[in-house]
Amino acid sequence: MSVMQNITNDEKSEINSGANQYLTFILAGEEYGVDILRVQEIKGWNKVTPIPNTPEYIQGVINLRGTIIPIIDLRCRFGLENISYGPTTVVIVLKVVGGGGNRIMGIVVDAVSDVYNVSLDEMKQPPDFGKVVSVDFIKGLAAVSEKMVIILDIDHLLNAGVMVSDDGQIH
Amino acid sequence: MSIDMSQFHQTFFEESFEGLGVMESGLLNLDVGTADVDVVNAIFRAAHSIKGGAATFGFSSVAGFTHVMETLLDEMRDQRRKVTEEAVNLLLLSVDCLRDLLISARDGSPVDAPRVVDMQKKLENLLSDKKEGGTCVDQHSKVEKEHGKGWDIEFIPYVNMLITGNDPVRMFGELSSLGDMSVKVDSSKMTGFNDMNPEECYFSWKISIKTDVSSEKISEIFDWVDGECDLKITQILNESDKELIASNDDNPDHYDGIKNKDDHSHDLPKIEEKRLSSDRRVSSSSVENSSIRVSIDKVDDLINMVGELVIIQSMLAQLGKDFDNSQIMKLRDGLSQLERNTRELQESVMRIRMLPISFAFNRFPRMVHDLSKKLGKEIELKMSGESTEMDKTVMEKIGDPLVHLVRNSIDHGIELPHDRKAAGKPSTGLLHLNAYHKGGNIIIEIRDDGGGLNKEKITKKAKDRGLIKDDESLSEEQINDLIFLPGFSTAEIVSDVSGRGVGMDVVRRNINDLGGKIEVSSFEGKGTTFTVRLPLTLAILDGQLVSVGDETYITPLVSIIESLQIDEENVNIIAGRAEVYKLRNEYIPIVRLHEVFNIIPKNKKLSGGLLVVVEGDGKRAGIFVDDLLGQQQVVIKSLETNFKRMDGVSGATILGDGTVALIMDVSGLIRLSHQYSPSNNRVALDHVKSAA
Repeated sequence: MSVMQNITNDEKSEINSGANQYLTFILAGEEYGVDILRVQEIKGWNKVTPIPNTPEYIQGVINLRGTIIPIIDLRCRFGLENISYGPTTVVIVLKVVGGGGNRIMGIVVDAVSDVYNVSLDEMKQPPDFGKVVSVDFIKGLAAVSEKMVIILDIDHLLNAGVMVSDDGQIH
Repeated sequence: MSIDMSQFHQTFFEESFEGLGVMESGLLNLDVGTADVDVVNAIFRAAHSIKGGAATFGFSSVAGFTHVMETLLDEMRDQRRKVTEEAVNLLLLSVDCLRDLLISARDGSPVDAPRVVDMQKKLENLLSDKKEGGTCVDQHSKVEKEHGKGWDIEFIPYVNMLITGNDPVRMFGELSSLGDMSVKVDSSKMTGFNDMNPEECYFSWKISIKTDVSSEKISEIFDWVDGECDLKITQILNESDKELIASNDDNPDHYDGIKNKDDHSHDLPKIEEKRLSSDRRVSSSSVENSSIRVSIDKVDDLINMVGELVIIQSMLAQLGKDFDNSQIMKLRDGLSQLERNTRELQESVMRIRMLPISFAFNRFPRMVHDLSKKLGKEIELKMSGESTEMDKTVMEKIGDPLVHLVRNSIDHGIELPHDRKAAGKPSTGLLHLNAYHKGGNIIIEIRDDGGGLNKEKITKKAKDRGLIKDDESLSEEQINDLIFLPGFSTAEIVSDVSGRGVGMDVVRRNINDLGGKIEVSSFEGKGTTFTVRLPLTLAILDGQLVSVGDETYITPLVSIIESLQIDEENVNIIAGRAEVYKLRNEYIPIVRLHEVFNIIPKNKKLSGGLLVVVEGDGKRAGIFVDDLLGQQQVVIKSLETNFKRMDGVSGATILGDGTVALIMDVSGLIRLSHQYSPSNNRVALDHVKSAA
């Protein structure tokens, strides 16, 4: 009975606060989420063509049915230790808004995890870490069944730095 | 049953714009005084079809305006009127006006109403001028009198008017857009229901309309039923509603021709506002012409080739059904046929996108005519190579830069007649536009025989602006190049033609964006030549595949001069760093691709690899690569769509195996190699890695 109650409550809160669905993936043991409506497709990792003179985290470009899209290694972007790509390694192809229109990009992650409903209420602002970790690209932290999911602001994450402006670019 | 007319709108507008082009060039060719009947006829026909089309599609403003032009042209055609310079100029202005009207009809944007009214008045005045002075005055006063009153219309259709497809409802609709209208129907002729023929008209109407348009406007609505009805139009004499009339006078669109039937007509404040905010309105939502005309030959070619392709396909399919090793020769034959066919097909499809450059040149006769008149210069325009074909996208983008260059030549290049005479030149200046193919490029030359670039003035200006150092001495070429710097203009007086200092840098940037180049050469006192070099197409490129380490890159074939095996004896190292290669009598800097692109090559010894000698931006360099792989046509894909522009890379393409290969930007690569001496390179990369 109480379980039933919970479910209806959950559903209600979804409707009221406009819950969003998030696709989560694993990166170095942590679970991260991105807005599922931004996800175009998930594909296995294939060889990329490196682009000269770009930061290390830009793996290169691939051919996605005739369009050239850049691939970003998220481990590298977050400064995590590199691991060799395994069978679960996937590329999540995302639509990124901003920087003069929509763009398609891929991120390399360790594995895809799940899809969760997270309402805005459930999402908490990340604490301020000062200079230790920049929280600009984190939309919020959400607790989903005892686990913490880090919801990413992909527009911010993928547009920042070298992707659009020439900041940090080698000249 | 109604037909959706809007599906034909696109065609109508395209044809109308074409017609305007015909009218314009015809008018420019018209010799004052002697009317060449053929030319006048051509102009008249163009105007007539625009009018007809506009009336059919309900663009009454366009139809109304064209009607007046047509009347004038008709008189010229019948030689009732002399072709005067005044009339030609007025007609040219009317063409502009009509073009704007058509653009606003197409985009639904507001019309510059006062201009249209003014233009139409001028045309009507010219028309009435033909009669003797007396009538002329009468006409004027009549126009005055008509202004601000209304009309009583008695409209008695004959019984069979409906059979010809005329619908009174439409006419009333049009009438009601002219002003307040009251209609009385006379149904006395109506027969009993049993005797009634639904295809006959039994009604007649009395209409009184409060408007200030002329009686011609009213009767024009009834043009189509001329001879199928009795029509009486009389002026309303009692001026009871002065207030309404007064307010009408203030309206910018008090003239029916301007009204876009109903939608916009009551939106007066908005229209007014827009008109004030930008006196020369740029059409905002200009829908790009999305269709091209293709000659039937090209289409026939294409169909033939597709037919062949189908045959080869079925041949290969049959071969595949029961295949064994004995048929391998047949397969090879089929595949080579397929290859040839695909290439031909591709070429034909590309040719469809090709248009003769006359599309871009067409606007210049008019521009030269107008500008030279304005500036008091005598200029003869000569055009050659108009049939040179180039890609439609390139053509669309090259239009504005070309206009700028031509304006520049007229404004700055060619001198005033008396200056020319003083310099011992004929008073008429010559402006020559020339286009031709050379290599994989299209060359467009804009040559004038004017004063040429004044080197002293340019150097002085550049020094004043701090663009070069005071004690810097430049070669002739470098001085000429200065005019392409941002913020550079030597015009003493800033005119509205040119000289605001924006321009040449933008021209160069636009041309560079297209993958082209612009050069200028000039002889003082003799003239200036601008040479624009453009790629044939933006979509496909002949490329040489080269490999460095594990990577494959594509070098545009057009920029390759030769490829050679490196003979160590010819390599010299300057200051222990910069490597040069002695190629015959030339020293060419060696660019090690693996260093510039920071990849691990198969070998670092020069003797183990190949040198691809390339030219970009007039500079030569030898690119050191591991190996040459083959030549291939590649389809250019943009890196910028989803990523960003990269130095040294002009784009990417997809190879046969589905992987991506980057296309080298040769001139960018040479620039890049200047910035990256090997030691700098290492420092810069460390910096990036720590940032990441």
